Amino acid sequence: MRLYTTSALPLVLGGALGLGAGAAAAADLEFYFPVGVNAPAVATIDELTSEWAAQNPEHTIKPVYAGNYEETTTKALTAAAAGNPPQVAVLLAIDIFTLVEEDVIVAISDIATTPEDEAWMDSFFPGFMKDARFEGKTYAIPFQRSTPVFYYNKDAFRAAGLDPEDPPETWDEMIEMGKKLTVKDANGNVTQWGTRIPNLGLAGAWMFGGLVVSKGDVLSADSGTEVSIDSPASIASLEFLLELAEEEVMAPGGISWGDTPKAFLEGQAASIWTSTGNLAFINENADFDWGVGFLPGGDGPGAPAGGGNLYVFKDATDEERAAAIDFMKFMTSPENAARWSIATGYVAPRPDAWELPIMQEYVAELPQARVALEQLPYAEREFATFQRAKVTQFLVEAIESVVTGDADPAAAVEAAQEKADDVLGDYR
Amino acid sequence: MNKRLPIGLAFVLLVLPCSLLVAFTHYPALRALANSFWNNGSSRRPSKFVGWDNYRAMMEDDRLAQVLANSAIYALGTVPLAIGLAIGMALLVNSKLPATGLMRLSFFMPTMLPMVAVANIWLFFYAPGIGLASQILSVFGLPPINFLGSTDTSLASMMVVAVWKEAGLFMIFYLAALQAVPANLKDAARLEGAGHVRVFFDVVLPLLRPTTIFVAVNALINAFRLVDHIIVMTRGGPNNSSALLLYYIYEVTFAHRDFAYGATLTVLMVVILGAMAAVQFWILDRKAHYQ
Repeated sequence: MRLYTTSALPLVLGGALGLGAGAAAAADLEFYFPVGVNAPAVATIDELTSEWAAQNPEHTIKPVYAGNYEETTTKALTAAAAGNPPQVAVLLAIDIFTLVEEDVIVAISDIATTPEDEAWMDSFFPGFMKDARFEGKTYAIPFQRSTPVFYYNKDAFRAAGLDPEDPPETWDEMIEMGKKLTVKDANGNVTQWGTRIPNLGLAGAWMFGGLVVSKGDVLSADSGTEVSIDSPASIASLEFLLELAEEEVMAPGGISWGDTPKAFLEGQAASIWTSTGNLAFINENADFDWGVGFLPGGDGPGAPAGGGNLYVFKDATDEERAAAIDFMKFMTSPENAARWSIATGYVAPRPDAWELPIMQEYVAELPQARVALEQLPYAEREFATFQRAKVTQFLVEAIESVVTGDADPAAAVEAAQEKADDVLGDYR
Repeated sequence: MNKRLPIGLAFVLLVLPCSLLVAFTHYPALRALANSFWNNGSSRRPSKFVGWDNYRAMMEDDRLAQVLANSAIYALGTVPLAIGLAIGMALLVNSKLPATGLMRLSFFMPTMLPMVAVANIWLFFYAPGIGLASQILSVFGLPPINFLGSTDTSLASMMVVAVWKEAGLFMIFYLAALQAVPANLKDAARLEGAGHVRVFFDVVLPLLRPTTIFVAVNALINAFRLVDHIIVMTRGGPNNSSALLLYYIYEVTFAHRDFAYGATLTVLMVVILGAMAAVQFWILDRKAHYQ
């Protein structure tokens, strides 16, 4: 099923926008995208964009790999400030408040107004649309959406005398099983840690958000102006991280995001908490039997939704906006959502993609891919506020100061809460 | 004697360099100064004149205090280390040992690599448990060190990367200077009964002084100017333990979009660098012996 034929769309949209003579006007699009995981993402993006360009010979598109998520946002905002933004970009879902405040993006629901457009915007999982909407408008379209899952080495589980089909579900089980999974050499040095939860930087804050969700709380409100960093759930989550290190289940100190899949593949960590976007990379490179489970939770399952959405920039002309919408529909069509999901491990953001034969086949072959989808109902939005980068930094500092032993949990979260309230006070 | 240029031609010749200097140095500096007295506006919060507020915030900024302390340690640590290592390497490749050509190449290699590539190499080197450093430690039965994940080691790890990258370039300057040291001075000293060490410290080192001052000025500037490896490797973390002043300015300005406070920090950086330049030129005038 092709959603749209190529030449009709600008006409339809042009009419909808009241543009009158909406001929198939040519548009040159620039498309920024980040890569935050170890996946052949660039190749797949290139493939998808050139297919779209081939189907729409009147348009051109230039995909620009712009670094990791934070760098891509920085680059897009700086380009916008200089008057030369991309027309379309994949940026963090949580950057919606920053993008709205900087007034650089246009609400998709303002430029895509036909019933078909509305049906398109309603075709995604509601959980992924939650952080794409603000003040009643839809500002973004889910694209590379992810959630962290628990990857574990079944061979290591067997070696430790644990049931490889029964991964830990709670924090207590994680600590109990983790102790058995940690292996030391003759000198008493650890050669295999029980688990590995990244705790540094933005990714560390993302993982931390999941811990808090599993304790029945969320770090930020939908308004983007309220945070609850100093909650009992936060303190409990930090204490859990400290306990993992004390019980020698996890390496003490800061743990980086980037090395995590490698540590798993090299057998240095028996289990890891990382994005479902790393699924394809691990599947390709693991030379052992591995499984995927829900993230072990405090009071129940819990995870943060994460990843990036597609945004359209305000500076784009009407022709470019129309072409951008068409491009986004192409990228998020059930077939392409499925292809993107299979190539990377990102969660295809619409239910109908999961029903396609290629997706069914893929899941039958790699049942691990389904876990993220099943965990989705327990996922809450990622920590997002106005002044996102600045406010997240307070949270990051709190987490980092606790895991490196510089501060105790209660004092750290209290300081972060105070600083966040200080910044967000202006927005309330 | 030189012929005097007509005043008109002199003016014409000066226009281009002066306009570049104004456009890319003076104007931005003055603009930063002006911006530092305004707060940061956006579509939801208009910008307004706030006087000294940004500077007051700067005085109370705990993070800035740590960043400045880090920058001071970083500069004081990397500059002498890079200079010492550069002199050592220059002496080595200037000696009559075999394979000095290969040594020159391998010492100079890190300088030719872009900082981002260097940072990625070291990222792999430092990775606890899987990196080369851990593997070397494990040969000796030592536990892996979490170089980048611990507040005790992250800044020192960044300094090692900087020294590794920079020493090769400075070695080239020292090598040139060493080859310009007149042999008869060394011979004369030896005739007087001076040993190798004495010759080095009393004859060679004083003659290297102009090079040392030049290298020290450059190393100090680089210590404030080069933060690519911080961005790639630690993003200033954990808990700001490896954040340097320029990285902080980058983060505040471009990631946090706080242009007003970024401008305030820029003014601070200009003042610091200006003060250092003044001190260095004062030393340069007094101590350098050019022939």
